[in-house]
Amino acid sequence: MAQMTMIEAIRDAHDVAMAADDRVVVFGEDVGFFGGVFRCTAGLQEKYGKSRCFDAPINESGIVGTAIGMAAYGLKPVIEIQFADYVYPAYDQIVSEAARLRHRSNADFTCPLVIRMPTGGGIFGGQTHSQSPEALFTHVSGLKVVMPSNPADAKGLLLASIADPDPVIFLEPKRLYNGPFDGHHDKPLTTWKKHAQGDVPDGDDIVPLGKAKITREGADVTVLAYGTMVYVAEAAAKETGIDAEVIDLRTLMPLDLDTITASVKKTGRCVIVHEATRTCGFGAELLSLVQEECFYHLEAPIIRVTGWDTPYPHAQEWQYFPGPARVGDALNTVMED
Amino acid sequence: MSEQSKPLSLNVPEPGCRPGDTPDFSDFEIPRAGEVPRPPIDVAADDIRDMAFSIVRVLNKEGQAIGDWAGALTPDELRTGLRHMLTLRAFDKRMLMAQRQGKTSFYMQHLGEEAISCAFARALRPGDMNFPTYRQAGLLVAVDYPMLTMMNQIYSNADDPLHGRQLPIMYTSKEHGFFSISGNLGTQFVQSVGWAMASAISGDTKIAAGWIGDGSTAESDFHAAMVFASTYKAPVVLNIVNNQWAISTFQGIARGGVGTFAARGHGFGIPSLRVDGNDYLAVHAVAGWAAERARRGLGPTLIEYVTYRAGGHSSSDDPSAYRSGEEASAWPLGDPIERLKQHLITIGEWSDERHTQAEAEIMDEVIATQKQAESVGTLGDGKAPSPRDMFEGVYETMPPHLIRQRQQAGY
Repeated sequence: MAQMTMIEAIRDAHDVAMAADDRVVVFGEDVGFFGGVFRCTAGLQEKYGKSRCFDAPINESGIVGTAIGMAAYGLKPVIEIQFADYVYPAYDQIVSEAARLRHRSNADFTCPLVIRMPTGGGIFGGQTHSQSPEALFTHVSGLKVVMPSNPADAKGLLLASIADPDPVIFLEPKRLYNGPFDGHHDKPLTTWKKHAQGDVPDGDDIVPLGKAKITREGADVTVLAYGTMVYVAEAAAKETGIDAEVIDLRTLMPLDLDTITASVKKTGRCVIVHEATRTCGFGAELLSLVQEECFYHLEAPIIRVTGWDTPYPHAQEWQYFPGPARVGDALNTVMED
Repeated sequence: MSEQSKPLSLNVPEPGCRPGDTPDFSDFEIPRAGEVPRPPIDVAADDIRDMAFSIVRVLNKEGQAIGDWAGALTPDELRTGLRHMLTLRAFDKRMLMAQRQGKTSFYMQHLGEEAISCAFARALRPGDMNFPTYRQAGLLVAVDYPMLTMMNQIYSNADDPLHGRQLPIMYTSKEHGFFSISGNLGTQFVQSVGWAMASAISGDTKIAAGWIGDGSTAESDFHAAMVFASTYKAPVVLNIVNNQWAISTFQGIARGGVGTFAARGHGFGIPSLRVDGNDYLAVHAVAGWAAERARRGLGPTLIEYVTYRAGGHSSSDDPSAYRSGEEASAWPLGDPIERLKQHLITIGEWSDERHTQAEAEIMDEVIATQKQAESVGTLGDGKAPSPRDMFEGVYETMPPHLIRQRQQAGY
């Protein structure tokens, strides 16, 4: 065990995977010599050479497109899109190609590819450094979608994603890169190095895809969250005094529906929290599934607490970001019914 | 400013000829066969800039092979090439007819473009990988991919290797160096560069070939492919098949009516040239030259094949709505099969009688194969792939939600 930030844990996962398998190659904008704008690939080029870790032209479609070709050849590319907000030029390659290659070729060609991208707000990133586009990927057949919330999961889930035979969209909440964040932006940041969840196992232990984690056990209401919202939900439970069970989904696709339904059937209530905009967000799918699977156990309507249906603003950061007060209100509301 | 400002106007290029017009290719400059020299394999892009504006040609009007690019193929190889082109044409004819008869939903023929994929395939080695578009089936025919399997794919029957998941002609064969075809244009051009980069990363000796049509060069992925190929000196041959038409849109809309498609390689520092796409010998020679450059680690080559899409865009297209019906016969580079046939006759290695006989034999073989495929099934008739198959292969391991949906669907 070592104390690591999420950045160091992600870097460590790359290191472990690259040492174990020559086929793992890492590239993206500023990823090589410089080690990435968030330092997630620092030192990898020096250690593994320029043919294993290298800088790419500023062309997201080219980064993903070449990586698909590499994966078809037999390599395991782990590529970076500098911000999730900039993945859209590569959307055709991801949706039309990476996601469908196995199915359309009947596995003659496959696409074992990991596309990492920093995501989420809470950093005054404005419109194009704050978005949470996970629903654009969970909607696509053939993709897996992962979002860790702490350093140990970041490492273990990234290792699992690299080992996975199918394309994985790996969303990294950049607000959590250096320490946990519960939405109380006026309080000082606690670094992961002083946090229990900063303990990261050595070696190649994976955290399996498709398995959620109950981060706070409770009896009154189930909160479904992922990424930064896990800490916001925990804070809201503590501040309202409501005995909420907080589930960190970790993998959005494939989803751990069993853990979700077991919890909601126990609590009878459900609040869904995500940073992404509301309409057709991933919360809508979660709400539908809970409604379908747990209808007769529900004692109150399911509530979603999400970003508003607006582009992510700059000055209004904390009025947009679904903080502990808004989540707390939802917990109180769902308990009143 | 003394000059009076005039209202601006938008330039929208128009083809020279529309339905009812008489085709006129008098402005189309065609160098004589043998006129363009063959540069050394390690030539710098800057030293052959003029090749992007000329056309490498080997066969002259008399059917003789002329110049530096001639002489690589034996008479047996030439006859094999002719057989491949005749096979592709006969295959197209039968499959287009099968579509008209309702035996499948869709087909796209190669009429007039047979030389390009058939000759190119013979310049690659086993293990090399093509990233084709939907109009390079010659890459399969020329490496003896089973025609029966192609037909089974077109009919989406129980023996379709893709289990009915793909639209007809979207073939796949890793073993035959033929990457899975996608309906999304241009995507595979940049993937070919990535495959070539992977070969280089792995210290391999295999090369990749990317394919794109004239219209699709306007896609962003064309630019992406050129940037990445140039930056990493990827061992890839980048092929643009300029058949003058993108469905109803003439190539000037993609190209701005100026320069050539090959000339686009100049900005990326990629050695770029044009070749007579209806000249089997020229295509084979240029392909071999570019493949050799890639294999020796000398980097990418961009090739523009100048040809003409003599058929409709697809079985869903009627070209008489947007171009002259006489345009194909007026096309100055002629027909690839006729030209290779004439060459073989000129060198005393073929005859009209042998040609007629070969055509008949090939058509018999195609028809016999077609009967075999149809005995398995056609679209919606006979043995079909299992509905269960649509749920398979979305992921390596079927996730719980798909298992539920499959059960819900009753399979």
